[in-house]
Amino acid sequence: MSTHPQSQRRLHAKGFYDEFPRKGGTASRATHYCAGCGHGLLHKLIAEAMHDFGLQDRAILISPVGCAVFGYYYFDCGNVQAAHGRAPAVGAALARCLPEAVVLSYQGDGDLGSIGLNQTLQAANRGERMAVFFVNNAVYGMTGGQMAPTTLAGQKTVTTPNGRDVETTGHPLHLCELINTLPAPVYIERCLLTTPANIQKARRAVRKAMEIQRDRRGYAFVEFLSPCPTNLHLSPLDAAKFVDEEMAREFPPGCLRDRTAEVAARPAPPPLEPLTPADIEAVLDKCVAVPAPPGLDPDFGTIRIKMAGFGGQGVLSYGMMVAGAGLADGRHVSWFPSYGPEQRGGTANCSAVISGSAIGSPVLSHLQVLVAFNQPALDRFARDVEADGLILYDSCLAEKPTTTTARALGVPASRLAIEAGLPKAANTAMLAALACSGACRVASERFSDMLAQTFAGKPALIAANRRVFAAATEWCQANLRPE
Amino acid sequence: MGVRLVKGNDAAVIGALYAGCDAYFGYPITPASEIAHTAAKLFPRLGRVFVQAECETASINMVYGAAAAGKLSMTGSSGPGISLMQEGMSFLAASELPCVVVDVVRAGPGLGNIGPEQSDYNQMVKGGGHGNYRNLVLAPASVQEMCDFMIWGFDLAFRYRNPVVILADAVIGQMVEPLVLPERVAPPPDTRAWAVQGTAETRANVVTSIFLDFEVLEALNRRLAEKYARAAADAAAENWRTEDADVVFVAYGVSSRIARSAVDELRRVGVRAGLFRPKTLFPFPGEALNAIARRPGMRLVVAELSDGQFRDEVLMATRFACPVSLLSRMGGNLFSVEDAMAAAQTAAGDVA
Repeated sequence: MSTHPQSQRRLHAKGFYDEFPRKGGTASRATHYCAGCGHGLLHKLIAEAMHDFGLQDRAILISPVGCAVFGYYYFDCGNVQAAHGRAPAVGAALARCLPEAVVLSYQGDGDLGSIGLNQTLQAANRGERMAVFFVNNAVYGMTGGQMAPTTLAGQKTVTTPNGRDVETTGHPLHLCELINTLPAPVYIERCLLTTPANIQKARRAVRKAMEIQRDRRGYAFVEFLSPCPTNLHLSPLDAAKFVDEEMAREFPPGCLRDRTAEVAARPAPPPLEPLTPADIEAVLDKCVAVPAPPGLDPDFGTIRIKMAGFGGQGVLSYGMMVAGAGLADGRHVSWFPSYGPEQRGGTANCSAVISGSAIGSPVLSHLQVLVAFNQPALDRFARDVEADGLILYDSCLAEKPTTTTARALGVPASRLAIEAGLPKAANTAMLAALACSGACRVASERFSDMLAQTFAGKPALIAANRRVFAAATEWCQANLRPE
Repeated sequence: MGVRLVKGNDAAVIGALYAGCDAYFGYPITPASEIAHTAAKLFPRLGRVFVQAECETASINMVYGAAAAGKLSMTGSSGPGISLMQEGMSFLAASELPCVVVDVVRAGPGLGNIGPEQSDYNQMVKGGGHGNYRNLVLAPASVQEMCDFMIWGFDLAFRYRNPVVILADAVIGQMVEPLVLPERVAPPPDTRAWAVQGTAETRANVVTSIFLDFEVLEALNRRLAEKYARAAADAAAENWRTEDADVVFVAYGVSSRIARSAVDELRRVGVRAGLFRPKTLFPFPGEALNAIARRPGMRLVVAELSDGQFRDEVLMATRFACPVSLLSRMGGNLFSVEDAMAAAQTAAGDVA
């Protein structure tokens, strides 16, 4: 990094610290900027506006990575330094967490338009409550004169030694115009930090953006075409001339948008009260709940159950009802789904464990019980059922398995559901079958109780599912021989 | 009140609320997405901030912004997303900002798959970003701990002013178990001494991690090192049947659950097995493990869903005091209870 101590400039302005002890060194009133650089001038305009509007207590300035990385040496307000390009993300969080704060993001062309372009556009698109002050000097300053996203066609930099070739390096990026394609920003303007007349326009733009923040109206973006004599290898006067003539031709100055009058000033919401347990419980999903945690009963053993079928057959909620029934009966339980793309690929399966003691892995390889809702489920998982285990299958959709010694019971669940008037409730019929089988060593009514919990949000379905459950229970009692 | 059936990922959000979390920033990724889903549902209803960030880079920098404001903030992600956050984690640690990052680890490297692994161990426990810093890392092994460790995590984060990682895995994140809700909401910490809050009181505060002076930056590094040494006091582990064990599994997260089942089965067949389960991966409960490793004839079996990343920590902590073998599965696979039993029996049979 080069700070050119021989050409440091002094800053005296409202809104700055009286001295700059964070900078260290002996020149306690000098900035680290080069002679003829636009940063010092823009700092002054921002600090003055912050002061004049009485916003120094409310203001948080975000220093970028780039020449302005040390903004916090100078600005007498809250200061946060951000990673390269991430000031808009940092600023968004500050604005959202601190409704009273005035968030000022100060960024250069590499920070804002190259590495941080996504954050820039996304924050603008969300209309984050912040002012972005964008310094465009068409070159990287701090790292030593490399091409910026805004470097002009043909412009020589240390990484475009023959001049920027737009065929291979792209064209100068127009940030104001990009942001002007988005609906959310309130104010977008491009200024020049050159002649006194231009500086007056820049001053007005800074103050406008500051007022928008004071009144919490929304997102403001101001671009400043700014001279960088050091990296343009020009005298301060020639660097300013380069901005006025060549940069301004590529990046036309002016106000692209001002919706200040259309957007109401928004008072800050009242500060949040700390939460109470009652607040949190009030927003939690209604789910299976019991008064006390399960106790220890090693003699109960462990029952491992797999349910599998097509997506849409209610396989996952079936597993939750099995686990819920176990919990309601005072047992340790776990449930584990197939998740991710498989959920959308047509098959679904999940595992439930009911145990008298703490459960190890919720992911199962050996099963005591398989509940198969279709043929592929039987084909895939029947071999995992232990020899003395149980297979329940929907006999309307699957054939009796022949390759296992486990007891296999076919239940015409789909038909029972249709006959009971709720064709989609084959899983409820299968739940009744599981309850009747006794394989889970859980009281039968625990399973039927789960229907009310599962369909608590759709009360009409509770009675209908209970009818299916009752019909299937009746069928099982008549047709399944007791163990 | 009472006991509820809750998914691990949801429990992390519930725990965050009881910790007093102010803001969630995140980008979806399987198998961590339910954290974002549930935060999106619950946080705004309680007046808390929820933002779906444009990417994980933005997520972690939003966390940085909220932490700079002295707020309790969190994000949740998995492998590839966590990789993208590493620069931000370094900035948070360097700026001494508190936050909690939940990593529901999936199988890698690269895009890998969405099955369980524990292969983010190195990037989270050893520090995946640049520079000398550490995350404080908690390893939940149940839905209850997914909730409780959020509260513990925020407490540690603010006590040490350092990022805390909840290093879970796809099984712990996706599974449903009974959850006992916490009884109280943690009171908000007083952050006015260092946070930047847009108030007169905090106007002189600055959050930064650039220190041009070599001596000043070295002093920061030394101060961080002292902080991490101090954190050793918060190391925690669970011992399961280790008192008289000849062979002890060392495992965390889902691996520890399978190992625990294996311990019980091994005891049934006369093998004196035990389990040492670190709850904190950094600080690592090395002294407690060493006390076991130094017993005559001891054999350790490190069981992990990664290629010896965790085993290396065990080797360093025990300084080769006893033989250490490795049981590992990767690619989304789990080792079975039988695999773990066989590994322990092999290790125990090795005893002269």
